[in-house]
Order: sequence, then structure tokens, then C-alpha cells
Amino acid sequence: MSQAGERPHIVSSYDRELESIQTHIMKMGGLVEAAITDAAQALVDRDVERAEAVRSADKAIDALEELITEETSKLMALRSPAGVDLRMILSVMRISGNLERIGDYAKNIAKRSIVLADEPDVNESAAALRRMAREVELMLKDALDSYIQRDEELAEVVIARDREVDQMYNAVFREFLTYMMEDPRNITHCMHLHFIAKNYERMGDHVTAIAEQVVYLTSGQRPDNDRPKADMTSEIKLEE
Amino acid sequence: MYDIPTLQGATVDSKEIKFKCRDCQVYYGDNHAIKDVSCDLQDKTVTAFIGPSGCGKSTFLRCLNRMNDTIDVARVTGDFMLDGENIYDKKVDPVQLRAKVGMVFQKPNPFPKSIYDNVAYGPRIHGLAKNKAELDEIVEKALRRGAIWDEVKDRLDSSGTGLSGGQQQRLCIARAVATEPEVLLMDEPCSALDPIATAQVEELIDELRENYSVVIVTHSMQQAARVSQKTAFFHLGNLVEFGDTGQIFTNPSDPRTESYITGRIG
Repeated sequence: MSQAGERPHIVSSYDRELESIQTHIMKMGGLVEAAITDAAQALVDRDVERAEAVRSADKAIDALEELITEETSKLMALRSPAGVDLRMILSVMRISGNLERIGDYAKNIAKRSIVLADEPDVNESAAALRRMAREVELMLKDALDSYIQRDEELAEVVIARDREVDQMYNAVFREFLTYMMEDPRNITHCMHLHFIAKNYERMGDHVTAIAEQVVYLTSGQRPDNDRPKADMTSEIKLEE
Repeated sequence: MYDIPTLQGATVDSKEIKFKCRDCQVYYGDNHAIKDVSCDLQDKTVTAFIGPSGCGKSTFLRCLNRMNDTIDVARVTGDFMLDGENIYDKKVDPVQLRAKVGMVFQKPNPFPKSIYDNVAYGPRIHGLAKNKAELDEIVEKALRRGAIWDEVKDRLDSSGTGLSGGQQQRLCIARAVATEPEVLLMDEPCSALDPIATAQVEELIDELRENYSVVIVTHSMQQAARVSQKTAFFHLGNLVEFGDTGQIFTNPSDPRTESYITGRIG
């Protein structure tokens, strides 16, 4: 980050408004991280109560997104931000959108885990999903850290790590397909588990988008478009 | 890498360089007001000079049509090449130069004459019209370019000083374009105008860009962002950064520019 961004504005109320937006985005990030953890744990523990808590906590995430949208649009209209301030406002708007989507995916996982609480386990699939959840959670934590510290290098690392999530998704996709072919009675829970895996894969994409905003915020440049994509499931066919 | 999209699709119509300035220095007595400034000003382009008070932006603008000649203690060195010719060359007549490089000032300053005579003054002294009919035509064309014709066509004989501030400024712009200049210099042309008159002058600047190279000094960064395609940031007599307006306002490369455009201390 250029040194200028660290200096205070001449008009100190401008700094206070930017700080308020910053606080809200961090609070939102914290809630989303918790939603991922809790949804994953609810699935493992067949904990319906915890899953319900994730569902209702999503309302707070949505409310924060709206608050951030209001604050940023007001600041755009009243302050005409430029330079690093403009880039920060633009990235905050997108990051809050990404966080809101991640929150929705966590909520969806929680909903499915309520259904799955009554279904039998499928081999080691739960462990694979836990690994995905863990990875996405760590990526999100690093993405938010890179945002707070304006750490472009860390953001680039996060972007590169999305590949691992994609590969995990490929693996569980094949696994679920196999179980479903083996026994049609597996279809209900395997479908739910597959959507959960898909949700993690999508979360990884949104975390990547957050990290890309950090690159834009710090450098003023959009990151290379050809970021690593390793989700091959759209090409997988059933092989008899 | 994607380029940052600029606010106004800031396409510059011409890559031709109108003014090539090299190693320019200005001294007011012992005060070194412009330090080693070099820049290229493009034709058919609006270039904005921004910077805090006393940074040298007006001084540099005034060099472009030798207005500093009128200040005894001012000393100007360096190359100011207008279409390849140094305007400080001994054989250049400053009066002829100022017909080619027009200027509009901060405060509207119409002559205490009729609207018609305000505009006809320049063409008359430069002998641009052979007869009354031709002069009428020049005056009408200039007033139209100044976007004020419709408002004054029925009262060309009334005094220019009786117009509103915004109208006076547009009259001054019409007066400046009447001699068919190639470059138009504007020193804070809107600072004495209300927002509507400002918008009218800004619209006019954008239209003038089709024919002229326009250089504008402004304290309003929003105005610089709105009207210009190129922006130059001056600080303590130095030209700190010169680039596409879109880039300067979204992603300036010098921390001093960043501090200034974002309103920071430093």
C-alpha cells in the first residue's frame, strides 16, 4: 500500500466514516467464519440445534451487508472518494457481497445437515467434507487478514489455494457418484452431501474473489484473469 | 492485466503534441517557482493542472502565452515549443502569440463595452475581418461557440458588464475564441460561478476540445476529473505526476498525488 493511504485525512470525520465501514466488514467476516465452522460442526455432530442457530445467524450477516451498502453509497455521494479511498470503497462493496454469499452457502449447509441428521453415514465422506470446510475457513481467515494488513502477497497465496478446494471437490464428486451407483438408497443423502461439497467449492470461489479485491485495493491492478481453476466436475461422465 | 476503466471513457482524440515544454524554470526574483518542468500537452485534449495554492500551476499556465512577461521580477527559462516553435524566441510577437493562445481568467472580465464589441475587439485589432458583414459573422460564430448566442443575440448592443456572472464568463470565452486560437488557457474559469453556470462552462469546454487544445487550472478536483482527459499534479513548483485523468484519480503512482486527491495530510 502506498504511504498516502496510512495518513489521516484533513477532514477527520471522513476517517471516522471509513473506519466505521471497516469495522462492519470485519464484523461481517467474523460472523461468516463462525457460520462456516458451526455449519460444519453441526453436520458432523448431527446437531440440529446448532444448525438452526446458523440459519438464524445469517440474518445478522444480511443486515450487515445492507448496512455496508448504505454506508458506502452515502460516502460515495457525500465525499466523492478518489485514489486509495475510492478503491477501498469499491472493494468493500464487493467483499461484503462475497461474504453475504458465503454466509448463504453456510446457511444452506446447515439446512441440509438438519435433513442429514436422520440419514445413515456414508463411509469417510464426512471427513472429506470436514477437510473442505477447514480449508475454506482458513482461506477466508487469510483473505480477511490480507485485507486488514493490505498484504498483497498473502492475497495471492489465497488465490492460488482455491485449486486445492477444487481438487477436493472433484474427489468427493466422484466418490458420491460411485456410492449412488452402488446403491440407489444412497441417493438422498449423497445428493445432499454433494450439494454441501459444491457449496464449499463455491465458497472457495468467493474467498478467491475477496483476495482479488485485496490485490486491486493495494496495487490498483486487477489480478491476472487466468487464475487456477481445477473444478473438473462439469466434464465428468458416468462410466459403466 | 486489466486497465482501470476511466470515468469518462477518457479517449484522447489526438496524439498530436501541441505544446512541448522542456526543462522549464520560472523565478520570481529569488523565488524558484517552477522547477525543471517538462511535459507534452496534446492537441484536441483538455489538460487539467491541479495542486495546492502556490504550487506553480497558474505560473506554469501563464508561461504558455507569456503572461509572465508583464511581471518585472519574473524570469522564465527552458523550451516552450508550440508546434515546434519556441514561443520565447525573439522573433515571436507576444500579441500575435496571445491571439493563438487565448486565455480566460478566474474572474469574468468583459470590457466595459457592448457585447458585440467585446467579441469583435480581437478580430479587429488582428485584422481578421475585411468588412462589417464578415465581422458580424465572426462575432456570431464566437458567441455560438461560447454557448451564449441564444441568450444575447437580441441585445448585442447592451453592455457586456450587465450580464450575469456565468454569462460574462461565457462571453469572455467567446471573446477568447473569436481570434481562432489554437490553444485555450483557463485559469480557474468557474470559481466565481454557481453550479449551473459551472456545468454550462464545463459542457462548453468539452465542446471546445473538438477544435482546441484546452489547458485548465482548477482548485476543484471534481472539476478536473469531470472535464479533463489528462491531469498534471504540481507540488512546490515540481510537476509531480502527469497522466490520464482516470489513472490519476483512481490509482495515482506518487504518494504526494494520492495525499492531495484523497484530501490527506502530507
